[in-house]
Order: sequence, then structure tokens, then C-alpha cells
Amino acid sequence: MSTAAQPEIRLAQRPVSSDRFPLTDPTVHIAPILIRTDSLNLFYGEKQALFDINIGFPKNTVTALIGPSGCGKSTLLRCLNRMNDLIDGVRVDGKVILGEQDLYAPGVDVISLRKRMGMVFQKSNPFPKSIFENVAYGLRIQGIRDRLVVQEAVERSLRGAGLWDEVKDRLGESGLGLSGGQQQRLCIARALAIQPEVVLMDEPCSALDPIATAKIEELIFELKAKFTIIIVTHNMQQAARVSDFTGFFWLGKMIERDLTERIFTNPKQQLTEDYITGRFG
Amino acid sequence: MSRFIEWWRQGSVWVWLSGAALALSLIMVVGLVLFLGAKGLGFFWPGDVQQFQLADGVVLGQVTDRENEGHSHPARIQVKVANRDVYGQDFRWINISDIQHSSFPKDAVLVERLENGPFIGRMTRIEEYGQVLAKGDETLSIARSRLPSAKAHQAQIKTLEQNEAGSLNSRLEKLRLNERKLEIQGKQTPQTTLEIEDKRQELHQQFEQLQTRLDALRAQSDSLTVTLETVDGHSKTIPLAGVVRIVPVNSMGLFDKTGVYLSRVWEFVSTGPREANTEGGVFPAIFGTVMMVMIMSLIVVPLGVLAALFLREYARDGWLVRAVRISVNNLAGVPSIVFGVFGLGFFVVTVGGGIDNFFFPERFPTPTFKTGGILWASLTLALLTLPVVIVATEEALSSVPRNQREGSLALGATKWQTLWNVVLPGASQGILTGLILAMARGAGEVAPLMLTGVVKLAPSLPLDTTFPFLHLDRKFMHLGFHIYDVGFQSPNSEAAKPMVFMTALLLLLIVLVLNIFALRLRKKLRRRTGGSSF
Repeated sequence: MSTAAQPEIRLAQRPVSSDRFPLTDPTVHIAPILIRTDSLNLFYGEKQALFDINIGFPKNTVTALIGPSGCGKSTLLRCLNRMNDLIDGVRVDGKVILGEQDLYAPGVDVISLRKRMGMVFQKSNPFPKSIFENVAYGLRIQGIRDRLVVQEAVERSLRGAGLWDEVKDRLGESGLGLSGGQQQRLCIARALAIQPEVVLMDEPCSALDPIATAKIEELIFELKAKFTIIIVTHNMQQAARVSDFTGFFWLGKMIERDLTERIFTNPKQQLTEDYITGRFG
Repeated sequence: MSRFIEWWRQGSVWVWLSGAALALSLIMVVGLVLFLGAKGLGFFWPGDVQQFQLADGVVLGQVTDRENEGHSHPARIQVKVANRDVYGQDFRWINISDIQHSSFPKDAVLVERLENGPFIGRMTRIEEYGQVLAKGDETLSIARSRLPSAKAHQAQIKTLEQNEAGSLNSRLEKLRLNERKLEIQGKQTPQTTLEIEDKRQELHQQFEQLQTRLDALRAQSDSLTVTLETVDGHSKTIPLAGVVRIVPVNSMGLFDKTGVYLSRVWEFVSTGPREANTEGGVFPAIFGTVMMVMIMSLIVVPLGVLAALFLREYARDGWLVRAVRISVNNLAGVPSIVFGVFGLGFFVVTVGGGIDNFFFPERFPTPTFKTGGILWASLTLALLTLPVVIVATEEALSSVPRNQREGSLALGATKWQTLWNVVLPGASQGILTGLILAMARGAGEVAPLMLTGVVKLAPSLPLDTTFPFLHLDRKFMHLGFHIYDVGFQSPNSEAAKPMVFMTALLLLLIVLVLNIFALRLRKKLRRRTGGSSF
């Protein structure tokens, strides 16, 4: 990937608020943009839901998308792996560029595109299958039959999602028998198993209790060493804790996007400040 | 009064009303089963034989019914006197006022026969090759001890007739068909004609040999005879091999009677019918019913599920899909006889006729598929139950959570992979519910079957040991039709009445067993796929 063609982002120190996590490299380093949008507009029928969005997501970072309900942050997330295609009457113009490929160019194979992106949903959605088969699913549909390969991938993904020790003795049991937090981590493991480049998370903790939430947040922090993570959240403390960058959305427009530390301490826009201080939203 | 108003206002009345409706439904179902059970199950119990002294003679038989005094007749009882070959009828009404004296003679015996129904009277003599083995009181015990070997002998003859004679017959038929085929194809030469004629001669010879063997066996079997005497002095000599069971009812204890009862029940469910279906068992009908339901399920489930998949998942929702859906729902309300007419006109005549013309021209004019058969009946019923499966499957598909589909699609699965791996397993319980409903409906249908392949008496089962084992072209027997036939088409409907109830009970039981089977399957699936509320 040529970094010269893309804007570079200077990555600052971790946000101060996250003393629960060990600091990564505290010094400044440079991260290339892995995925970005270019003048993205989205319409549900006549109604426009996203207005001219230009946002880049640097490699191996966590970007949080925040904003009040209905501001378009989930819609933007679902544009990135073209899940909005499934909804009737959705029209998109503009570009989403992953690496150097425009995902909305004609002739793009949506199926293989989605294999490059893992997605974790708001409500955990394990399949009505065993724990093992849940994680192996992404490999199975790619036609991978080699038992050793699948087993190895399942273990790696479950370890990656911090679930291995809890479920290693009952891989054959139904995934629906796990607790809510475990189910969500199972879904993360499932997304990791296909070795994506980007992990999209749509309010992954909104249905979880604080302990399960803390585990997932810790996990997100670990995962960014390997993946680029984009997380939609309603919880501003969460955004502050886990993300390197934050984008604030309001009524389908991206109001501000900056280092998380700056958004939460010194936003440039009045609207952002009003939102994070709880004056509306 | 105010308490009543309060009670009314709190809505308790609806609790009571809905509870009462449920109770009423339950009572009706339980009542139905109990009624059938009471009418049918008692039939196999060996009732005591009673002797009545009347002014104009003696009557020996089992009391089967009682009527109180009515407008047109005095109080009377119905007595099953049996001995159809002597009296011409099985039952007799006796006015109670005519009875001078009644008793339960210890030596009265009920003899169940292969032909002419049961005999009630006394057993006076047993002979072998004209030699008297026993007379008078000893006869009974000797006859009972000789009965098992006589029956075994008879069974041997029957096996010979069915297997060897049957196979010879089918080989002769095959030979004839081969000859005809050659003739149709114009490949007939003097050589082939000669060969076939040779083979035919050989088979005929074998047939004659078999016939002599059978004749000898039959003569041996017929040589052992028992002489029976009715209470009014008629006597009848029959081979012991023609006796099914000897029941000295009045001298039997509860234990022995229970034995007879169980053996009769077993006979009912495990053997074929005799005497125009009024006696013997219903095994071929049970077999036919179960097999037809199975074949129907095998056809209707894939078809219905695929149709529902297309309607729910692939077709774009519009007026056409709505019209199709309405039509499917309406199809469920079409009278079943209409499906029967369609099955006859389309499957039997058109498709079957086509198959016969194309594959079996040498069998003309004997139809192979251009006549009712279990395949056509199953197909017709599959069509009849298709709406049930489609509706249930559509319901089940829409109950699979949207986020599970999205989870699969987000992993890069195609739509079909998602349907196959996630949606269908999630919907499988609902699909099985549809299958249960379809089976219950299919097992109980009679009208369409009468047009598409059910018969009063099928000579052979649709599944047997002769190649190709599964004979989908064969006609079959069915419990539902059996009820109709025995109850309303029988030459001796009074004697067959309890069989009607018993057969109905059995039909219910089979539907229940099939449903339990499907329910267990569903439970197993639920365990594997985790809890789904559907």
C-alpha cells in the first residue's frame, strides 16, 4: 500500500483517562489510513441519512463513532461492509475506499469484500449451532474442510476473544447457552476467525452488564494490535476509554473528528462540546 | 348482586369462559377416545356363552346388546349365536319375556374359524384319517393340544403357496412380457419363440410338481378334523387347520381370558383380514397407512420448504407474491375429493398413462402406473397438505431473527449459504410443526385415496421381498378406508361393527405415534440448535 497517496495521521499519546490499560508506544508514530470514505451520501428512499461524509480510519487504531440516536453513525458503519445493500430502497453515492479499492465501484464482489471485514452487532447473535461451529462458520462457508486448520483457527479466535478458557471444555454445546457477555465475545471470535482487516462494532456493549463490558473493552484494546477497529457507541466514557480517534455525528453530518483526547478535552465545535457535556442527546 | 358486578368488572368472566372452552374441547377429545375404546376394546374380550330355553327351542350365544321396552317392541336382548353357515346370520333378537330358563353351560365352546365366522356349540369328536382320536368330553383337550401343529402345517402350506407359487407365477408373467416386448419391437424370430416356449414348459412342469406337493400337504392337513355340534343338533365337520382359536369360555378363569384377549388383539394388529374384512386383522391397512404417510412426507417437506423459501426469501414482495400466498391458503380449503379427482385425472391417467406407454408397452392392456397406486395416492395427499407445510415454513422462516441472517452475511456468506446454514436450521422446528400438521391431515384423509389407489383388499404389501422391493405402483389398504369399507360396505355389518371402532381407535393411535415421532425429532433438534421459542 502506498502511504504517500493517502493523508497521514499523527498518532498522539493514549488518552489520559485510560489508566486501566497499559500504554502502548507513548511516543508519536505514524499510521497509514486503511479505510476511508469519500463524499459519502446515503438515502433511504427520498430521505437523506448521511451527508457528504469524509472520514479515514488509520490502521491498527480504534475509532469511535458517537452521536445521538438517529445521527447516522450505525448507518455509516454498515456502509463500510455494504450491509445496507440488504435494505430495500437504500441508495449510496460517493466512495468507500479500502486499501485502494472502491467498495461501491461496479462489479465489486460484495461477498469477498465482507470476508475482509468482521462485524459485531449490537445484540449478540450467535447461530443456533455449537460454540465450535459458530466460530468455524466463516471458514466453513469458504469451503475450508481441513479439520486441523479449522480447529487451529477456532482455538486462535477464541483465545483472541478471551473466551477460550471459559469454553474449551464445552465446544460442542450450543452457543445460545452462553451468558450475554460470553455470547458477544463468541461473536467477536467468529468475526476474528475469518482474519479480517477491519473489525466493525455496532454498539457491542449496549446490552451487557458493566463487568462484561469491561472485558470487551479490554479485548478491543488488545485487538487493535492486529486489526483496525471501528466502534459505534452511545457510551461516551467507553469512547474515551477505548478509542484513539472519535468522530462526532449529528443529523447525518460528521461534525467533528479528531484524536479522542482532544474531542473530550478541547473540542473545536460548540455542538460537540454541548453533546459530550450532556447538554443534549 | 354487587359482588357479581364486581366479579364481572374485574374480567374474571373471561378467565372462566376461556377455561370452560378449553375444558369442553378436552372433554370432547377424551370422550371421543373413551367412546372408541369402550366400543372397540371390549370386542376382543371373550364374553360368556349363555344358553336360553325358549318355548320354541334352545338358543346358545353371547349377549351383545339389550333394549328396553319401546313403542314397537318389548324388552329384548341381542344374542350373537354365530354359526353363520348353519343359521345364515350371526345375531338374533330374543324377547326377554319368552325366556323360560337360562344357564351358562360349562362345555359350551367358541371356535374361531378361518371361514364362516365363529362357531358356538359343543365339540363332539376329533378324527384323523377317519380314525376317532377322541369323543365327548376329552375332545376339547386333545383338539387344543393338536391345534398348534395343525396351524403350523397350515402356515407352511401358505408360505409355499405365496413364495414358490408366487415366484413361479411372476416368472411366467415375465416370460410372457418378454415375448410381447420382442413382438412389439419386431425382434421376434423362430429361435426366440422356441426358447421362450421351452422355458415356459419348464416352468409349467415346476408348477405341476409344486401343485402335487401342495395337494399332498393339503390332504394331510384336511385329514385331521373336528366335529362341532350346535345346541339345536346340527353338526359340522371341519379340518382342525381351519380353526384359529378354541375358546371354552365358560370354563375359563380371568387369567385365561386375558390370554385370549391379548392374543386376539395381537391377531388384529399383526395379520391380514379374512371374510370380506369382517374378521382377522388390519395389518396391511396399518402398513399401507404408515407407508403412505411416510412417502407423502418425503414428497411434501422438500417441496413445501422450497416453495416457502422462494416466497419468503427470494421473491420480491408484490401483488404477485401476495396472490400466490392467497392461492396457497385457499388451496388448504379445497375439499379433499377435488384433490382426488385431480390425482385421478392428472397423476393416474396423464402421468401414469404416459409412463405406461413409454416404459411398459408390452404390458398393455394391463395398466402398471395408469391405475391407482400408493405413489399416486401419496402424491395427491402431498399436494393436499402442501399449503400446511408452506404456511408453517413461511411462519418459521420469518421467526428467524434478522440479526442472525446479518451475522452470517457479514461473515461473507452468500444468501443461499445463509439460508441453508442459519435460517433453515433455525426454522427447522417450525417446519416440523408443519409436517406434524400435514401428517395428521394426510393420515386421516380417505376420499382422495378412493380415487387414487386404495382398495378393499390388497393381495400384497407395497414393500416386500421380491425385487425391486418397493412397489410404488401397487394398490394398498388404508385404515381410514377400512373403516368405511367394514362399516358400510360389509355384507355382515353387525358383526363388523366393533371392528369399525377398533380400527378408528387404531387410526388415532397411529396418528399419535407418528406425531410423537415428529415431536421427538423436534425436541432433538431443539437440543442441538438451542432454545427457540417457535
